Amino acid sequence: MSSREAILGRIRAAISREEAATEATEAAEACSGAGEHSSLGERSYLAAEVLPHERHDRLVEMLRDCRAQVGRVSESGLAAAVHRACQARGIERVLLPPGFPENWLPTGLSLVIDDGSTASLTPADGVISTCSLAIAQTGTIVLDGGIGQGRRALTLIPDYHLCIVEAARVVNSVPDAIEKLESAVAAGSPLTFISGPSATSDIELVRVEGVHGPRHLEVLIVE
Amino acid sequence: MSRFELPVVPFPQAAKVALADSQLRRNLNKATSTIRAKRKAVTEELPYWEELREAGRRIKQETMRNLDRYLLQLEEQVTAAGGTVHWAQNADEANELVTKLVRDAGATRAMKVKSLTTDEICLNDALQAAGVEAIETDLAELIIQLAGETSSHILVPAIHKNRAEIRELFIRTLGEPDLTDDPSDLTDAARRYLRKTFMDTTVGISGANFAVAETGTICVVESEGNGRMCLTLPKTLITVMGIEKVVPRWQHMEVFLQLLPRSSTGERMNPYTSFWTGVHNGDGPREFHLVLLDNGRTKVLEDEVGRDALHCIRCSACLNVCPVYERTGGHAYGSVYPGPIGAVLTPQLRELAAYDSLPYASTLCGACYDACPVKIDIPRLLVHLRGKVVVGRQRKGLRFDGEALAMRLAARAFASPKRYELAQALARVGQLPFVHDGVIEALPAYLRSWTVSRNLEAVPKQSFRQWWRSKK
Repeated sequence: MSSREAILGRIRAAISREEAATEATEAAEACSGAGEHSSLGERSYLAAEVLPHERHDRLVEMLRDCRAQVGRVSESGLAAAVHRACQARGIERVLLPPGFPENWLPTGLSLVIDDGSTASLTPADGVISTCSLAIAQTGTIVLDGGIGQGRRALTLIPDYHLCIVEAARVVNSVPDAIEKLESAVAAGSPLTFISGPSATSDIELVRVEGVHGPRHLEVLIVE
Repeated sequence: MSRFELPVVPFPQAAKVALADSQLRRNLNKATSTIRAKRKAVTEELPYWEELREAGRRIKQETMRNLDRYLLQLEEQVTAAGGTVHWAQNADEANELVTKLVRDAGATRAMKVKSLTTDEICLNDALQAAGVEAIETDLAELIIQLAGETSSHILVPAIHKNRAEIRELFIRTLGEPDLTDDPSDLTDAARRYLRKTFMDTTVGISGANFAVAETGTICVVESEGNGRMCLTLPKTLITVMGIEKVVPRWQHMEVFLQLLPRSSTGERMNPYTSFWTGVHNGDGPREFHLVLLDNGRTKVLEDEVGRDALHCIRCSACLNVCPVYERTGGHAYGSVYPGPIGAVLTPQLRELAAYDSLPYASTLCGACYDACPVKIDIPRLLVHLRGKVVVGRQRKGLRFDGEALAMRLAARAFASPKRYELAQALARVGQLPFVHDGVIEALPAYLRSWTVSRNLEAVPKQSFRQWWRSKK
């Protein structure tokens, strides 16, 4: 007997379905997709609809709480804001995911469009990307590898990550984000949830920012 | 059990050593009280926190009741997405599997994301014995690995070491002679050391926080970015997960992504969470192996009460609120799973007889139950396991068990008012040599074990019953 069969056999022997059946029917249906959310109870944790401008305030507050730098700009002011952000950090050589809208960028930056090689990752000063969505409740940006976001290593290796969030991509809560990401997950896209720069509290519980990922995360919300 | 396991030291003995270490107690107190306060703040800001906990509990309960179906669904989905699924009944089987996979990838080195499951099976020792170097990439795990020690806390494994000790360790092992003891300097040194490893190593090994059966999607939750490195940069990725980590549907992540970070680090969301499904063209590893590990979990599942311990999402909230853990630290529990959850998980995953002191390593105060994000009733499980310990001893025919004898005598005394008053009268005289300021700190001979870890109130001069009679 294979280990697979042995383990499955022991599981089946351990769970007596009859005894659990009545109590679990409702939950089982929800878990298999037949019922509507019932294993999750009432889902009263779904936050009430928040107006977009309040949502943006909350996102800014939470991003700052995660120690990300945040700016709010109009689309026409975006290139200038990117220019200021890069200049403030002395960023010249910028890595770009394929498909990133270059009209969002100022002139004068040295752009490296990712070709999928390891070599293109290391010499860059920073990376600029879009995102799939941003969660106001927790100050999280989510990347799903879509256009302008690139492969996962791209936003990991450089020391500076500038993420552009379009207004329509901001959602209220974690449940809203999970719902919106369902199709990306079903399509097999890898997801990365980012809440601030990488951090550790492993030494005497003192928070140190920037361990292995980008030490600086900056977010520009386009309104 | 892995052949690399250390022998078991009973909790009372191990705790005694830990309690004598005042530095350890200061570190633990600082760590647990800091995280407790953060956790309290971010859970209280959600008015629906209790509903989230209940949803978490229900999802886990349903998962266990149909575990075989969800594992088969997970296998099907991972395979469809280009991954390979392996099943391992025990630690040795899992270690052999992983070793072979690393060798097949042509590597002699692998980098690891912090994983309790691979600690549980002593994977690093097994790899080393097979000539494969396993490099821990989480800062605390790296510190512990370089020091040749073991973890003392699920979340902050090196909490027993202070900055001066870590500086000394890094100077010795990382070849960094000019380090200060500033935590950001020490962290920088680890970054420099590991950066090269990340770029050059072709095999990554991880655990899993969750695995979604419906989609075949694996989730790893972390803070430092070492996880993203190990999950993204190598050509081959091997994930070892306990079979209980599967969750039925993608939608269920809306519950756990709220429960876990807030309970664990006291953050609204941890810095990095990665999800991946099999292999993805042009992004990340070209080969993905998922090892589904039993190693005692199906045995836990057999116990209808005890199986709730399998609901654990490894947040460590129960450690931080436990008055016993706060004083003894993690090493005293003799397992990678310390604290209240360890006290109910370890004896069930292994042999209860070998870990029979752990269910007693608790005051049954219930703080762990209140803190648990998936509402595991740990006190109930502790009492349940204590019952099994006693029954196990009786079956073995340990007639001269002092505790059992004392309990039998007490039962006889309590059964009759006359015998009870006689016992009181005897105790009142008998206790005289041992009472100081109304408290007994140490009893002699067979009774000593009762006072080893607690003081006993002296029997008063007049009992309530005597007082009541005198008033009539």
